Amino acid sequence: MLPEPTLNTYLALSAVLFSIGTAGVFLRRNLITILLSVEVMLNAVNLTFVAVDRFLGTVDGQIIAFFVITVAAAEAAVGLAILIALYRHRETLSPDAFTTLKW
Amino acid sequence: MLLLIPLLPFLGFLINATVGRRWSQGLSGGIATAAMAGAFGVSVAAVWTMLGLEPIGGVRAIDQHVFTWIASSTLEIPFALRLDPLSSIMILVITGIGTLIHLYSTAYMHDETNPDFARYFSYLNLFASFMLILVLGASFPVMFIGWEGVGLCSYLLIGFYYTKQSAADAGKKAFVVNRIGDFGFILGMLILFTAFGTLDFQLLAIQVSQLEVEAGTMAGAGLLTGATLLLFLGATGKSAQLPLYVWLPDAMEGPTPVSALIHAATMVTAGVYMIARNAVLFSHAPFTLEVIAIVGVLTALVAGTIGLVQNDIKRVLAYSTVSQLGYMFLAVGVGAFAGGVFHLYTHAFFKALLFLGSGAVIHALHGQQDMRFMGGLKDKLPITFWTFLIGTIAISGLPPFAGFFSKDEILWKTWSSGHYVLWGLAVVAAFLTATYMFRLLYMTFWGTSRANSAPEHEGTSAHVHGSTGHSAAHPPSGPSAHLHDAPRPMAIALVLLAVGSIVAGFFGVPHALGGHNQIEAFLEPSFHAMTLSGEEVAHAAAVHGDVAIELGLMGLSIAVAIAGILLATALFKNGFGRAEALAAQFSGVHKVLYNKYYVDELYDAVFVQPIKRLSTGALWKVMDAGVIDGIVNGVGLTVRGWSAVLRRVQTGSVRAYAMSIFVGVVAILGYYLWR
Repeated sequence: MLPEPTLNTYLALSAVLFSIGTAGVFLRRNLITILLSVEVMLNAVNLTFVAVDRFLGTVDGQIIAFFVITVAAAEAAVGLAILIALYRHRETLSPDAFTTLKW
Repeated sequence: MLLLIPLLPFLGFLINATVGRRWSQGLSGGIATAAMAGAFGVSVAAVWTMLGLEPIGGVRAIDQHVFTWIASSTLEIPFALRLDPLSSIMILVITGIGTLIHLYSTAYMHDETNPDFARYFSYLNLFASFMLILVLGASFPVMFIGWEGVGLCSYLLIGFYYTKQSAADAGKKAFVVNRIGDFGFILGMLILFTAFGTLDFQLLAIQVSQLEVEAGTMAGAGLLTGATLLLFLGATGKSAQLPLYVWLPDAMEGPTPVSALIHAATMVTAGVYMIARNAVLFSHAPFTLEVIAIVGVLTALVAGTIGLVQNDIKRVLAYSTVSQLGYMFLAVGVGAFAGGVFHLYTHAFFKALLFLGSGAVIHALHGQQDMRFMGGLKDKLPITFWTFLIGTIAISGLPPFAGFFSKDEILWKTWSSGHYVLWGLAVVAAFLTATYMFRLLYMTFWGTSRANSAPEHEGTSAHVHGSTGHSAAHPPSGPSAHLHDAPRPMAIALVLLAVGSIVAGFFGVPHALGGHNQIEAFLEPSFHAMTLSGEEVAHAAAVHGDVAIELGLMGLSIAVAIAGILLATALFKNGFGRAEALAAQFSGVHKVLYNKYYVDELYDAVFVQPIKRLSTGALWKVMDAGVIDGIVNGVGLTVRGWSAVLRRVQTGSVRAYAMSIFVGVVAILGYYLWR
């Protein structure tokens, strides 16, 4: 029988998820994977909001979590559309191929 | 009512400046002349009203507060006009002679195109308007509007033939030289304001009259002496006195009627008027008066000697004007303010007459201004000749013409105030006046016509036909082929001015000749502070010396004038052989005089060239190009240099950006967690 989870349990899970997402953004060499890693980071934040809310007994954080989900959906749609356009342009999805926007 | 006097010419200016260019010459010239005639009518009515007033505090004056011009805490300057005996003489001269000169101009300028004709009359009207503001203004600032305004119009009219280089240059010269004087004028005005808190002439006079008269030496000079000397600097610029007289002879590049109106009869007398207007102020600064008298008499001498040898008819008249203005300054310098204004008033008649007469000669000869190529015009231009003769006698100072009374008044006042040396110099100047004026008369009207011996128009010196567009209208085919005397409008002006030159002096017949010198009695109240108690002011100037001496000096000055005339007759009536021999014998002196004492060259070397070098060498190449441009370019270069370094940060790699954001967030969070 697992013990009743405390707030710290949720926050630790959230921190782990956020770190995995961040590592993915920095380490992966495929833009689609990077996009997915960003989704992981967003959901880690969502988890924090909901957990803190549950323990404080309020609903504000839950509402914000819904907003984040909505924005994440929109972001995924726009991001994927840009990725398709980039792929058509360069036939690759490595972030290192797209460095022309500089001095 | 006073406002109407400057306003009428101003309306004439507005009309001619806007729609006049589309109209015929008759219409635009008619409007301008009518505006002046209207102003004259209003002036007469205003003066008549003023004469009928009861004197308040010894002064009869009409005041008109038009509007509050500047109101700033303690400083309040109303736009106020005042008509008193002094300004009434001025407005009558300006509008009266101004009307005649406008009338004359309608004929003189007929060769101009319609737009140029309208432009000419709009300037002339504007000038009259400003001049009237100058003399009617009740305070320094209002006077200063007119003072600067007439300077502007003078500039515009000297440069009327602006396509000609020499005319444009002469206009600029007049403007720049006047600016030097105006600088002094403004400073003097500010000193007075700081000291007395008002710039109204009457209020200033009342305050100053409470003060002690300052010491007459340079060491004992105080605030009033400083302020009046600065004001006098302004007067030397406007009234062409040493050392700022150099612009007036060059001003002859303008059309001849302009020379008559602005550079002889009215504007150049503004300095004399300004000093007479502040008679109380200047009387309290004896050192300044001394300076004024000396400058005046020296100017009269210098200009008179230069006038002896010039060949351009208008330049001789210009130097004569400078010389006569010197007389006026001598008068105010010895405290004879009424004498100075009296000479101003008679001089306006005969000098306008002489200029208009010379204009008629130039008109007849299609732009010839060099007297060496005139001669023999006595019978061909009878109206011009007779009126010119009257003007010449008047300026030479023979009784009973106007010039005699005013000039003798000045000489007598100089003598009776104890300035014997100045008196002697003034008598020499009177001798010179008679000589150079009769030289001009003989060269122009006597002998045989030398018009045909004139070199081709383009070959002559730049000043020969400086003033006119006539040579363009009448090609030089036989200059003496059709010599026409002055057309009717010109003739009317000449005859009326000739009458004025004869009778104008009768208002100032001295007591010694059984007259009453009404003009002095009339003007006297203007030269004293208003007494609030209404008591009669003690007349300080009443130095009624020995009548016998006065008559004797009068006889002497007549004798001197006759001697001058005889000398001119001997030298110039029958050919110039003797004059040329004399010039050859004293070729050194002649050369110096002919070249105007090299004053222009001196000013050029001492002031113009060093300033030019300073401007080019230091101000332009070092200050402007080096420092100013250096700062501006330096700012740009610094920004560009730093940008070159900083833009390396922008690599274009998305992950580098993400990493920098991450590091930043971690750093900020870390700061808040562990601070």
